[in-house]
Amino acid sequence: MSTAIHTDGLGKRYRLGLHKRGYGTLREALSESLRRKGPDESDYDGPDFLWALKDLSITIESGEVVGLIGHNGAGKSTLLKLLSRITEPTEGYADVTGRVGSLLEVGTGFHPELTGRENIYLNGSILGMRRSEIRARFDEIVEFAEIERFLDTPVKRYSSGMSVRLAFAVAAHLEPEILLVDEVLAVGDAAFQRKSLGKMTEVASQGRTVVFVSHNLAIIQALCQRGILMERGEAVADGPVKQTIDRYLGSLERAASDDLLERTDRDRRGYRDTMLRRVEIRDDSGGPPDVVVSGQAVTIAVEVTEPVPSLECRLTIADSLGQPLTTMDSEISAPIDHRATGPGTRLECQLSSLPLLPGRYRLDVLLKAGRQIQDGLQGAGFFEVQPGVIDGRPVPPSGADGDVVLPHAWRLPA
Amino acid sequence: METSTAKPPAEKKIGPAPETIRLQPTRGFSRVLAPSELWRYRDLAGQIALRDITVRYRQTLLGGAWAILQPLGFMVVFSLFFGNLAGVASNGLPYPLFSLAALVPWTFFANALLLGSDSLVANSALVSKIYFPRIFMPAGIVVAGFVDLLISLVILIAIVLIWGLVPTIAILTVPLLVAIAAAAALGTASALSAINVRFRDVRYIVPFGIQLWLFATPVVYPSSLLGEPWQTISAINPMVGVVEGFRWATLGSGAPPWDLIGISAVSACVLFVAGLAYFDRVERRFADFV
Repeated sequence: MSTAIHTDGLGKRYRLGLHKRGYGTLREALSESLRRKGPDESDYDGPDFLWALKDLSITIESGEVVGLIGHNGAGKSTLLKLLSRITEPTEGYADVTGRVGSLLEVGTGFHPELTGRENIYLNGSILGMRRSEIRARFDEIVEFAEIERFLDTPVKRYSSGMSVRLAFAVAAHLEPEILLVDEVLAVGDAAFQRKSLGKMTEVASQGRTVVFVSHNLAIIQALCQRGILMERGEAVADGPVKQTIDRYLGSLERAASDDLLERTDRDRRGYRDTMLRRVEIRDDSGGPPDVVVSGQAVTIAVEVTEPVPSLECRLTIADSLGQPLTTMDSEISAPIDHRATGPGTRLECQLSSLPLLPGRYRLDVLLKAGRQIQDGLQGAGFFEVQPGVIDGRPVPPSGADGDVVLPHAWRLPA
Repeated sequence: METSTAKPPAEKKIGPAPETIRLQPTRGFSRVLAPSELWRYRDLAGQIALRDITVRYRQTLLGGAWAILQPLGFMVVFSLFFGNLAGVASNGLPYPLFSLAALVPWTFFANALLLGSDSLVANSALVSKIYFPRIFMPAGIVVAGFVDLLISLVILIAIVLIWGLVPTIAILTVPLLVAIAAAAALGTASALSAINVRFRDVRYIVPFGIQLWLFATPVVYPSSLLGEPWQTISAINPMVGVVEGFRWATLGSGAPPWDLIGISAVSACVLFVAGLAYFDRVERRFADFV
């Protein structure tokens, strides 16, 4: 078997100040260059610089389907950007053998004024297809996207679902030797997601090399044989996908039990005027935190560092593989909500009866204030649900499927 | 299960063995000017130019007519103020024709500069998500401008004929003059588009700079107004040779300004090479800044 991707000491450094603001003005650069000649080599490890990827040496054989796993900011997307030549490494090198197709975001390169037909050609060639290849697969793409009737309509008149379907359809019909995919399966409705996943499975089984990034560990586990766990720009585990996922879940749980302020995988969009300090879930039986019982009244408490006006919180409960189950958002308010008159650093979400089956669950937290995202953490907390009773009915019913149990009542014949 | 009937991965029969590309930090000049790289992405180059052409007048009422309305509008205004009121000399030619023959190449150049310098920033989503030779962005704009130029050139010649003038054989030099204008435009626009990625000041400088450049170019006045040696020196501005050349080529008046065209051609080549070289040097960092 031949090697598809080989990296040796690969590293990418970003300059934080400039990167954060996006761009500077000419005046700033001029005054900067007058003040000093530019950073010394020793400054590169200082606080102004971030090694998004550091000293990464991996080898991927052709035909392997590899999942990259890790927190936000672990360097997964940076690695894909380097491998797809969007940006250059700062040090080290990567040898890439074969045509690379990258799918870092669905629909890049769509032009709203162009029709569906024109965009298929434009997007196809942007993704590296020959014109003749696109022509050959045109009907397949249109059929997959389910947009036959709108082929000659400008894409700006498409519903978001339609344009996403079209974008994915073009990308899925690429035939590169190496395919780099970043978090693109979470598009469209459930039926289309299933179809996309089926398509990816097909692609993965055709002997092509695929490097795959997703926060959805269930998808990674289903598609990939090998998993690479990344932390702070380095590969910390590499092996069979199940093993790597377990290791990641372990590290997530350890991180959740530590002080949340020490976490570095926070939501990048956050303004961080206030930050997430602690998350705790308890039921009213007075037991230990993070162990709760099905059907009990439950309180999820969130503590933040600074009191800020109109703090809002969105909680997502996911299964241990990261598949979201439900979301509770304080921005969508109800008369039973209560907002205190004074500032504070603690907020609570109360559930009158916990509708979850026994198992381990994950809690993702997103904080907002004044429409701005302040802070966010995936896997901010983990908790264990133990068997209980809902409306007098034992949970779990034997042989239960799924994660959720709904309060319900039967009316049965004699 | 259907997998039992699935064929083993078919051997790829097409093409030679896949080549290995080494991705590593580069210095100096490396990428844009690599012809193999440009050739590999030729289909994309065509698609981008096609997109720029198609999109330019989508959802406009007048469509391609805008290609000529802009120079025609300027012609009317210039004729009124500079021709009639100020009485600017026009080499014995009717002032409207004198200015339109200059405005046709000038509009091509100015639009290429204006749109080209913004092309990378306007396509930042692409630049930060997909690899392709970035030079296609400003180049696509320049190529799309040829369509406008062709339309306005046809109208110019029609007006010249209606006026009762007959272009001479000199009209065959038009492609050469267009090439000079395109080289100068691409060189300047690609350098500006690259600077624009880092410093958005370019957005404010360019429209203003184009205005200044218009008056530094003999569009409303004949370059003979400058007198020697300034007339010859002014041809360092590549549009001087192009504009004076266009008048001679389409209106068939006066002696061929070969000295101006020659100097402008050299200076356009310098702009072209320098602009692309600068673009090439900074291209590798676009995705980090855009």
